[in-house]
Amino acid sequence: MNGNQRSVPPATAVRLVAQRELNTRLRTRGFVVGTLVILAVMVGYLLLQANLFNRENTTTVGLTGQAAAIAEPLRAGAGQVGMELQVERVPSAAQGSAQVSEGELDVLVAGSPANLRVTVESELDAPLRALLNGISRQEVLDAKLVEAGQVPAEVMSEVNAARVQVSTLEQPDPAPGQRTVVALVMLFLLYMGITSYGSLVAQGIVEEKSSRVVEILLSTVRPWHLLLGKVIGLGLVGLTQLFIIGVAGLAMASATGVLTITGVATTTLLWGLLWYILGFFLYATVFAAAGSLVSRQEDMQAVLTPVTIVLLIGFITGFTVIQEPDGTLAVVLSLVPLLSPILMPGRIATGAAGGLEIAVALVLTLAAITALTWLGGRVYRAAVLRTGSRVRLTDALRG
Amino acid sequence: MLDRTLVLDRLSKRFGEVVALDAVSFDVRPGELFGFVGSNGAGKTTAMRIVLGVLAADSGEVRFDGRPVTYEMRTRIGYMPEERGLYPKMKVLDQLVYLAQLHGLAPNEAHRSAETWIARLGLAERRHDEVQKLSLGNQQRVQLAAALVHDPDVLVLDEPFSGLDPIAVDVMSQVLREKAATGVPVVFSSHQLDLVERLCDRVGIIRSGRMVAAGTVDELTEGAATQLTVTAPQAPPGWAAALPGVHVVSENGTSTVVELSPGADDQTVLEAALATGPVREFTRRRPPLTELFRNAVTQGSEQ
Repeated sequence: MNGNQRSVPPATAVRLVAQRELNTRLRTRGFVVGTLVILAVMVGYLLLQANLFNRENTTTVGLTGQAAAIAEPLRAGAGQVGMELQVERVPSAAQGSAQVSEGELDVLVAGSPANLRVTVESELDAPLRALLNGISRQEVLDAKLVEAGQVPAEVMSEVNAARVQVSTLEQPDPAPGQRTVVALVMLFLLYMGITSYGSLVAQGIVEEKSSRVVEILLSTVRPWHLLLGKVIGLGLVGLTQLFIIGVAGLAMASATGVLTITGVATTTLLWGLLWYILGFFLYATVFAAAGSLVSRQEDMQAVLTPVTIVLLIGFITGFTVIQEPDGTLAVVLSLVPLLSPILMPGRIATGAAGGLEIAVALVLTLAAITALTWLGGRVYRAAVLRTGSRVRLTDALRG
Repeated sequence: MLDRTLVLDRLSKRFGEVVALDAVSFDVRPGELFGFVGSNGAGKTTAMRIVLGVLAADSGEVRFDGRPVTYEMRTRIGYMPEERGLYPKMKVLDQLVYLAQLHGLAPNEAHRSAETWIARLGLAERRHDEVQKLSLGNQQRVQLAAALVHDPDVLVLDEPFSGLDPIAVDVMSQVLREKAATGVPVVFSSHQLDLVERLCDRVGIIRSGRMVAAGTVDELTEGAATQLTVTAPQAPPGWAAALPGVHVVSENGTSTVVELSPGADDQTVLEAALATGPVREFTRRRPPLTELFRNAVTQGSEQ
């Protein structure tokens, strides 16, 4: 007999419960496979994009005979107009033609610099035509300048110094399309993350109820500690997954050149992580309360449906909101506390959300979290020990 | 009240119209095995859940060591609920360590204690298996280990023997006896009355939320009618019928079974038998708890 009193401090109880959730979930096949599948889909998508991107934008030019002399000016000219050009030397015109018809070369250039002859499969695209014309003209111009007793290089340096001056009225948006894609990806990840990890909270509670572990747990831990530990634990698991997917996705998209607005995407990811935390806490206790009403996994779907439908509404309206992020509808919807965590990050990504709007959404969401956590905790405490048939929400609220 | 005694003092609980417990009182003394028996729905589980604080009583109080049982004190109780009470997908060792830590053990202590009980209950080869993959008997052992892993000062077990094979019953009985021998009050409910009679120091019988009897098996059976078996070869038929306070149950050849009313003297019967000639057998038979239980329950329903 030791007779010592070894009660567990609340913080320790919450930590132990959260740790169990982390340990059991992070190590499950479900988590690892789920994360890998999402990453694999992402890699596949990006490789496809990058490949299409390269095919579309890189033109392979073969030079043969005298035309080999234009390799340097061709590369320089392409660089100036932002054209992806690969220049190769081809031993003979016949071989070059064969390569063009086989698709190995896009363009074959022969003839003297002043009189270039171009072979293509069907048509020569306009920028390259302009570039080649420019080189030919330069050649002719140089010859004429020499005839007139001028030094071509001197004249050209003066000519090249002449430039247009550009003034912009609005800040340029380098890639509006990319912003939309980033916003859509964030919308999808947040919807999936909150729905799946919220459901896991409910599922865990039903598991504890149906196996009666909850009786043993609640004989030593208070309901609040158990609930909080569970929510924190699962929230961290979801955050870890979102973080892995976000960082990996960002890195891959930047590396493959599909994404050029890395700064915007990074900011979006950081906002996304914050909104995930808020959204998860907002919904977790609601999921927990719903789960605590039933004692069997089979009955769970029925009580979770109302909650998942709200999330689904957020997800579906998200597409409209991202297409038109400045509209009144988008502004109003993204300020509704239950929808903010899903809609706001998308609007932030498109650059449409002002600082004040974001601040209001944050305050409203925090208030909603406080209210729903109180309510959810109350239902959970009242219902979690009532095994058997489904507990009515009104009975649970009455305590 | 004695030190380290678990006292249930006039516990009452209603579920809507149903009275689950009506002023139920009994105590379990240190080092004692207390058997809690009653038919299904009599209120055993409700009473135990109130002791654990999983359920709140409408009135009445649970005390241990002379003080009301508080939340802090409950971590010192070992509890085994009736149905499972373990995470089906958690491994045996992890589960026990987790529960030990939740009851206030430091990680090292928790590991040591979990390993000790795993070895003691013959689960060593199963320690890294998920609970749901174990046989029911083994799950029950894990369940017992979960109740014992934090070295509790009180043990409350709901139907610990149900579904166990005879060997597991022996292991379980031995562990409970040993635990009680260290001065821990142990209370368990059971339907297996022969087992309760063999194992328990004291027994409480509950019917429809009320205690109908509590005491040692001897105390409970003392007041009840005693049966005698007498073998007197030369005794004429009906030799015992006229004796005071004696009721003949059966006469089978030379053997006669009689029932004594409370207070009747068995020596009068022996003298009467000897008067007829030699007596080959004279056995006093105490009615088993099963009969007592049946009587307690049926008497109750006639009220």
